[in-house]
Amino acid sequence: MSPIARYAPWIGAAVVLIALPHVFSSGASITMMSLMGFAIIFALSYNMLLGQTGMLSFGHAVYYGLGGFITAHALNIIGAGKLPVPLPILPLVGGLAGLSFAILFGWVSTKRAGTVFAMISLGVGELVAACSLILRGFFGGEGGISTSRTATLQLFGVSFGPQVQVYYLIAAWCLACAAAMFAFTRTPMGRMCNAVRDNPERAEYVGYSTQMVRYIAFCISGLFAGVAGGLAAIHYEIVTASVVGAGPSGFVLLMTYIGGVAFFIGPIIGAVLMTALQISLSDYTGAWQLYVGLMFILVVIYAPGGLAGLLLMHRPLVRTGTLTRLLPSYALAAVPALTLFAGAVLLIETSHHLLVKASEGPNMHALWISYDATSPAAWAGIVALLAIGFLAFRRTWPIVSNAWNEAAIEARRRLGQ
Amino acid sequence: MSSAVNTPALQLVDLHKSFGVTPIIRGVTLEVPLHERHAIIGPNGAGKSTLFHLVSGRFPLTSGQVRLKGEDITGMPPYLISRRGLSRSFQVTNIFPRLNVYENIRCSVLWSLGYRYSFWHLVERLRDARERAELILDQIHLADRRDVQAGLLSYAEQRALEIGITIASGADVIMLDEPTAGMSRSETEHAVALIRRVSEGKTLVVVEHDMSVVFDLADRISVLVYGEVIATDTPERIRANPAVQEAYLGTVAEPEHDHA
Repeated sequence: MSPIARYAPWIGAAVVLIALPHVFSSGASITMMSLMGFAIIFALSYNMLLGQTGMLSFGHAVYYGLGGFITAHALNIIGAGKLPVPLPILPLVGGLAGLSFAILFGWVSTKRAGTVFAMISLGVGELVAACSLILRGFFGGEGGISTSRTATLQLFGVSFGPQVQVYYLIAAWCLACAAAMFAFTRTPMGRMCNAVRDNPERAEYVGYSTQMVRYIAFCISGLFAGVAGGLAAIHYEIVTASVVGAGPSGFVLLMTYIGGVAFFIGPIIGAVLMTALQISLSDYTGAWQLYVGLMFILVVIYAPGGLAGLLLMHRPLVRTGTLTRLLPSYALAAVPALTLFAGAVLLIETSHHLLVKASEGPNMHALWISYDATSPAAWAGIVALLAIGFLAFRRTWPIVSNAWNEAAIEARRRLGQ
Repeated sequence: MSSAVNTPALQLVDLHKSFGVTPIIRGVTLEVPLHERHAIIGPNGAGKSTLFHLVSGRFPLTSGQVRLKGEDITGMPPYLISRRGLSRSFQVTNIFPRLNVYENIRCSVLWSLGYRYSFWHLVERLRDARERAELILDQIHLADRRDVQAGLLSYAEQRALEIGITIASGADVIMLDEPTAGMSRSETEHAVALIRRVSEGKTLVVVEHDMSVVFDLADRISVLVYGEVIATDTPERIRANPAVQEAYLGTVAEPEHDHA
C-alpha cells in the first residue's frame, strides 16, 4: 500500500476532529464530543482484551478510574506546588497509573483465561470498589477528588479553561491513542493476541506463553484505559469513587460489544453511539438504560458482529454496486420495523410513567402524542402496534433475506469468486 | 550447549504416565538419533498420542525423563520445548481458524526469528518473516489459498496447514501425529511426499496408522502396545518380527485399521 493510502484514514480523521467544533459549535455538543473522545480510547483499550485477545473483563474501569484519580492528585500537586508541568502531558500520568495497576493486578488475573479470568477481573473490580469506600484520603469519600486543570503551566497562552480547548486536547490524545492501538494490532505481539484468542493451545506450540501474551495485552490495555481516565479527570475536574465500580466496567463492555468486537472500528462506533445515547436519551426518558440494555440483547442475539459487523457486511455489495437491489426490501421492512419499535417505545414509556411517575397523574407525552396512560384505548393502541408490527415484520423479513442472498451471489459473481 | 555427534535428538527414559490409577504409558524407553525418520505404530489405545503429549509438554509425566538433543526437558511447558527446537502437529487439526492461511504460518515463524513479544515491529515490514512464511506456503502448496480464512479450508488443506505450522518454526525435531488420518489415497501420497520433503535433514517422529505410509517413510519403527515399546527396528525386521506380527500386524486386516 502506498504511504498516502496507508495514512489517508488517519489524516481524514484528524481533519474531521479539527473541523467538528466548527460544525457543532454549541457548548453541549463540544462537551459531548469531548466525552466521546475518551470513551473511544476506553472502548478501544477494552477491545484489546475482548476482541483481540479473547479476554472478557468485568473490571476494566479499575484502570480507567485509577488513572483518573492519579491524574487528579497529580493536578492538585502541580497546582499546589506551582510545578512547571503543562496540562497536555497529564493524561500520560493517568496512563502510567493504569499501566502500573495493570502490571500489579494483571499478574494474578491473567494466569488463567476464560471464565477464571472473567471472575478474577470481577473480583479485582469489587476489591478496588470496596477500597474506594475505605481509603478516603485517596478516593475522597463520597465527594470524590476535585481538581483544577487551569492551575498548570500554560504554554502558548492556552489556559484550557474553555471547553473547546479541552476538546482539542482530548481529540489529539484520542487520535494518537487510536493510531497507537491500531499499530499494536499490526505488531508480532498484536498478531499473537489474535492467535491466543483463536487457539491458545496451538500458540503455546509455536513458542508463545499464552499467559505472557495475555499479561502484556492486559498491561497495554491498562495503559490506554488510564489515559482515557486521565482525560476524563481533566474534563470533569472531579473524580468520584463510582468511576472504578461495576457500572463503568459494564458500560465499556456494552459500548464495545454493541460497536462490534471483531473490527478495529467497532469500539469507536460503539463509544460514539453509546455516549450520544447516554446523554441525549436521558433527556427524553428516565428509562434510557432499559433501551440500552434491550439494544445490547438484540445485538448479542441478532448481530454478534455488532454495528460494525452489520455495516461492513455491506462492503462487497457497495463495491460491486449491488447494494441498490437491496434497498427496496430494506425500505419495505423498515415500515413494520418502525411500527414494532414505536409500539415497544410506547409500551416502555407508558409502563415507566405508571410505575415511576404515577404521582404526576395519568396524562403523559411520548413520541409526539399526549394521552392518558390508564386509558384502555391507549393500551389497545400499543398492543395493536406491537402485534401488527411483529406480524408484518415476520412477513417482510424473508423478502429482505432473499434480496440479500441474491445481491450477495451477484456480488460474488462480479468479484469473480 | 555443544551436542556431540552421537547425542540422540530425542531420548525417552523409562516414561510412565497414569491417569488416576490407570497406567497408559508403562515404561517407554526410546532413542531417536539425529536425522532419523522414526515411526511409532501400535493398535488403537496403545498410548501413541499420549506419548506425544508427554514428550511435547502437554501432559505432565508420572515418572521418567525426556531429553531433547541431550537437554532435559521433562516438565517444561510446551512453549519452552518449542523454543528448544521440538515442534509437533496434532491428530485433530489444531490451527488458528479465524486467521488467514498466511497468518497461521507467520505466527509460527515469529518466535524463532527472534521477534518474541515485540510490539515495536510492524509485522508487514518484517521481510524475513514474510519470506519464510511464503516459502512454507509454497512447500505445503497453499500459496494460492494464502488469504483464505483457515477455518474455511478443506480438510486436506487444513491437514497440510497443520504440517506447515509445525515446520514453520524451523524446528529440527518434528513430531507428526497421524498426519494422513482421514485422507484419500491421492491426498495421502501428496502428504507423504510433503513430509519427506520438509523433514529433509531433520529428525522426524511420526505416529501413523497407514502401514504403507509407515514402511515407505520410516528409517526405523517402534511398536507400542499397551503403553510399552515391544520392538524398535528397521521396517524389514519389524515386518518379520513374530511378536510384532502377533501383537499388531496380525490385526491389520481388521476393518478398523485397514486404511491401506
